[in-house]
Amino acid sequence: MVTKKEIKLSFVIALWFMVLTFPIMVIKVNTIKHIVIFRWENLLWTGIVCFFASLIWNYLLRIKEEKKKSDTKDDIPIVHRLLQNEKFRIPFLAAICLFAIAYPFVFSMYHTSILISALIYVMLGLGLNIVVGLAGLLDLGYVAFYAVGAYAYALLNLHFGISFWVVLPISALLGTIFGTLLGYPVLRLRGDYLAIVTLGFGEIIRIILENWDELGNGPRGIGNIPAPSFFGHQFNQHNSVIYIYFVVIALVLLTIFFVNRLENSRIGRAWIALRDDEIACEAMGIDKFKTKLTAFALGATWAALGGVVFAAKTSFINPMSFTIWESITILCVVVIGGMGSAIGVIAGALVLILLPEYLRAVAEYRMLVFGALQVIVMVFKPEGLIRSIRKTYKFEKTKE
Amino acid sequence: MEPILNVKNLTMNFGGLKALDDITLAVEKGQIAALIGPNGAGKTTFFNCITGIYEPTEGNVKITPPGKPTQKLQGLKTNLVTEKGLARTFQNIRLFEGMTVLENVMIGRHCRLKSGIIGAMLKPSSQKKEEKQAVVDSYEILEKIGLAQYVNEMAVNLPYGAQRRLEIARALATEPFLLLLDEPAAGMNPQETKELDDLIIWLRDNEDLSILLIEHDMKLVMSLSDNIHVVDYGRKIAEGTPEEIKSNPDVIKAYLGDESEDA
Ligand SMILES: Nc1ncnc2c1ncn2[C@@H]1O[C@H](COP(=O)(O)OP(=O)(O)OP(=O)(O)O)[C@@H](O)[C@H]1O
Ligand SMILES: [Mg+2]
Repeated sequence: MVTKKEIKLSFVIALWFMVLTFPIMVIKVNTIKHIVIFRWENLLWTGIVCFFASLIWNYLLRIKEEKKKSDTKDDIPIVHRLLQNEKFRIPFLAAICLFAIAYPFVFSMYHTSILISALIYVMLGLGLNIVVGLAGLLDLGYVAFYAVGAYAYALLNLHFGISFWVVLPISALLGTIFGTLLGYPVLRLRGDYLAIVTLGFGEIIRIILENWDELGNGPRGIGNIPAPSFFGHQFNQHNSVIYIYFVVIALVLLTIFFVNRLENSRIGRAWIALRDDEIACEAMGIDKFKTKLTAFALGATWAALGGVVFAAKTSFINPMSFTIWESITILCVVVIGGMGSAIGVIAGALVLILLPEYLRAVAEYRMLVFGALQVIVMVFKPEGLIRSIRKTYKFEKTKE
Repeated sequence: MEPILNVKNLTMNFGGLKALDDITLAVEKGQIAALIGPNGAGKTTFFNCITGIYEPTEGNVKITPPGKPTQKLQGLKTNLVTEKGLARTFQNIRLFEGMTVLENVMIGRHCRLKSGIIGAMLKPSSQKKEEKQAVVDSYEILEKIGLAQYVNEMAVNLPYGAQRRLEIARALATEPFLLLLDEPAAGMNPQETKELDDLIIWLRDNEDLSILLIEHDMKLVMSLSDNIHVVDYGRKIAEGTPEEIKSNPDVIKAYLGDESEDA
């Protein structure tokens, strides 16, 4: 199972880590008593943990290599297999539906509210997936459009008393406009340059919100944002959470519906072509710039929609909700979930958002855990948790 | 009759390097023309210049699509050149790896279809029809090229020769009148090369295409071409039928080196 070579390698790695971490793990200087304490037991622990971690790591790497060799036919992820199988498809989807409908009535408000956050991330993830996963444009300022949506609802409601349902399309439009305006100059850049510029833009929006007191109260933010109403009827707090839950579910379903259609459309294919090879894409008669711009603007539209729901759910927003970390989290959802794969992104959002909520230990080291996950996924499953599969077509032979 | 592609005095400088030096070349309708020359002669650069990937330093490029007036091509973006009816393949295969074989061909259909983003989301019946037609058309192209068996495979998983053919299929899907092939036989075995030979002739005769190809395989070039253009160090050194080229002293010199210098 484990070869001698691997044991030797792990042993060396453990030794190396013991040396590396010696200053921080072992030596402790007490500046008051002027003494140095050596915690030798820590050295031992480091060694043992590193040794076994390395063993497992190498073992998994080997398994992966062997698997790659043994079956050349690419295996389809289990979720896709379930969805393709006629017999399982209906019960599978029905079970999910039933669970989703029953959830807020079975579980407490606290749990429902957490699931709402996760579902908002599903929306955001699916939106960013268009930009990053399909079109291959690394956008690190996605949160800016999220902020646009949230502030649009808060401000329009504050000043004009416009309701959630009216703001929803307005903010979607605003998202599209902002996406186009930003996309127009920056989409001429590619790769890393694009990432840096969008990162800067995200921060600019946040800093403007923080410093422009007249617009949105600066860092104090805007409170008392009303929850959505149901044909003019305002629910009490408990029911309103349930209501928002169903609103989010509906929006997520709508998103999945559209994203699924887009993926297998003329435009969606052009996005993927652009991601795979820009030059060949242009040589096939696709307008590179226009195609990029539609992806960028559409992604922004979904971010803005997510923002409106977020504002309605928390009833209070301030610029702190729209930091760079938010962009990074959404990006993690897409990359870990599976770039370009809608099902992967949904799974990614649920795992990455629910995990820190329920495992408090993880919450403290959230970014650390995300980073580690990222590395693990990149090494063992470079295509993400659930990779995307392309649509297949059936044909009867037209000739002989 | 006006030649289908008419290139005059094309020059391309990369800094101090003259990759193309005053090239004049014409392709007639229904012709299979070949562009040959030693490595680094500037053949690929020539393709890149007429398809708008590079902007040539000097010269002009005109096309006369069948049944249409003569028009200028230089200064157009790559995708517009393709829309005008020039399609190309690449020397180093550039397929879309994240897509199936059929989808690769459907990308070629892109510039002949209309549906936009709203259409994709709402799927009105016109869009559905267009999409269905695109699938059928693309499949037909695959059948013609002999790739129908791979229709739902991922493009990367194809054998090498099939990948090269897929590049041709993809180019055909854009409905070109002139096909530019950059070393289509590179890396193919004799059997595959033979099939390619048949395919190219079939394309000219049945698809009403003119073809300009770059190729190192002399046997293929000599058997296929109606007209051969030879470039060396960016300059055109000869033009003529296969027989003329075979016996042209300048061409022999370019390929075998200047023997008088060695002596
Ligand atoms: N983008 C570029 N920048 C600078 N020099 C270039 C560029 N593209 C090509 N060249 C140079 O132009 C010359 C011609 O290159 P080209 O690729 O056109 O040759 P080729 O005839 O296609 O050769 P091969 O048969 O090897 O494909 C070479 O010297 C090459 O180094
Ligand atoms: Mg070349």
